[in-house]
Amino acid sequence: MNRRTIAFLQAPSIVLLLLWMIVPLSMTIYFSTIRFNLLYPERTGFIGLSNYEFFITDPGFISAVINTLVLVLSILVITVVVGLALAVLVNFQFHGRGIVRVLLISPFFIMPTVNALLWKNMFMNPVYGLFSVVSTFLGLEPIDWLANFPLGSIVIMLSWQWIPFAFLIFMTSLQSQDPEPLEAAALDGANAWQKFRYMTVPHLGRAIAVVIMIQTIFHLSIFAEIFVTTGGGPGFNSTNMAFLIFSQALLQFDAGVASAGGVFAIILANIVAIFLIRVVGKTLVV
Amino acid sequence: MRLTAKQNNTLRAMLSWLAGIIMFFPIFWLVLTSFKTELQAISVPPLLFFEPTLENFILVQERSDYFTYAINSVATSFGATLLALLVGIPASYAMAFWPSRFTKDILLWMLSTKMLPAVGVLMPIYLLVQKAGLLDTRTALIIIFAMINLPIIIWMLFSYFKEVPREILESARMDGASTLDIITLLLIPLTRGGILSTALLSIVLCWNEAFWSINLTASDAGTLTALVASYSSPEGLFWAKLSAVSTLACAPIVVFGWFCQKQLVQGLTFGAVK
Repeated sequence: MNRRTIAFLQAPSIVLLLLWMIVPLSMTIYFSTIRFNLLYPERTGFIGLSNYEFFITDPGFISAVINTLVLVLSILVITVVVGLALAVLVNFQFHGRGIVRVLLISPFFIMPTVNALLWKNMFMNPVYGLFSVVSTFLGLEPIDWLANFPLGSIVIMLSWQWIPFAFLIFMTSLQSQDPEPLEAAALDGANAWQKFRYMTVPHLGRAIAVVIMIQTIFHLSIFAEIFVTTGGGPGFNSTNMAFLIFSQALLQFDAGVASAGGVFAIILANIVAIFLIRVVGKTLVV
Repeated sequence: MRLTAKQNNTLRAMLSWLAGIIMFFPIFWLVLTSFKTELQAISVPPLLFFEPTLENFILVQERSDYFTYAINSVATSFGATLLALLVGIPASYAMAFWPSRFTKDILLWMLSTKMLPAVGVLMPIYLLVQKAGLLDTRTALIIIFAMINLPIIIWMLFSYFKEVPREILESARMDGASTLDIITLLLIPLTRGGILSTALLSIVLCWNEAFWSINLTASDAGTLTALVASYSSPEGLFWAKLSAVSTLACAPIVVFGWFCQKQLVQGLTFGAVK
């Protein structure tokens, strides 16, 4: 096939994605250097880096950076560990295996907004939530989860949704593991932990990379769960980067500062991205 | 005490069932609550047995027409997925069979566009959509969803196409088949399973997308995620109705997911984890 056809086939995708990236990005960078508040359209003009200064000195900025990283890391650890444990657990023949599998992956199909509302009302409500009912039953003081552990609550919600994803991928990967070397190792006296640590985990290397890669992409910009539950609070306790920018843009109508925040979010994402591609990206490319 | 192999397996099966039930319990409870009255929904202790009512579903339907939102969800999910496949299949085909020394970089770059947080570009996209007169239209959502999913779609298709033996395509070319013929008559039928699972994953991701649909739509093009969000306002603190609307919003995609479970497994692993 000649070069022109090859280029022609790829051009639409590359051009579209390039536009999708460059146009908004350059607009964001431009907006971030001008005075641009939707409530005061008459105030205009180039103001250099003041929007950045304003955004960095926002009382929520530091917490937003920390919260973003804490959310990504803790959800990753929980989902990989629990997902792996579940995948190993159900990796044998038993009655109703198919049903158990469906039960385990179902949370992945639930919308983020529904997921958040479900946990907020059903479990974490301080009056009629199941958690408080159980703790009252045990004679403990009921806890207002979203007020006292806002970040932890969000981690619980997202973990519930993404454990199935990790489980799904680990499960398929485990099924392709050749059982013979495992049996040979058992004959040679290896115990279950040794087989798992030195044979199964290396086999899962690529699957683990896939899980980490895809999840990081999604968790860097968690939004819906925070939007419908804590609203970023109390204070800035559960505000991440995405939510901080959102509140600047749509609640305070300051497009200039929000754009400066956008640039920060993009920088933060790129630092993580470079790190990720270094570590796991290579295993993905065929 | 040492367990025999059989006892061990029974124990393991019980643990597996327990884990499955625990993970599924919230969904079960959500559906259960949607058939309760508002008072029963917040009763302490919670009710497991009660007389089911359809009242919530009727009220939700009266207040906001479920089907408008459902149709919007279906149209945007399928529309965006089709659009992305249309653009993505030729690109992945070219990259899988005629890679240049830039192909790897292009693929990584494409994936990196997914790392740009949506909020970072919220203002520009909002203004562009507004200027184009596309606020609250399905068209806007279809284009945006297609762009969001395109990198993942290309990645997955790329790895599926890689598995097709080159010789088959080469011999078709020798016989004088055009590029279009090769793609539509040979490549697509050969990789149907992979394309299907790619499409399924994309549909699920579009269906559950919340950020753009909440920010760019109102009553006309609102998807089910936007409908659910509209019930989450403090004014809508009616847990039973909220459960009903959530059940309605999630049921189609959950059932769809169950049916396509096997395909989805293939798709999610990028075709790489065999």
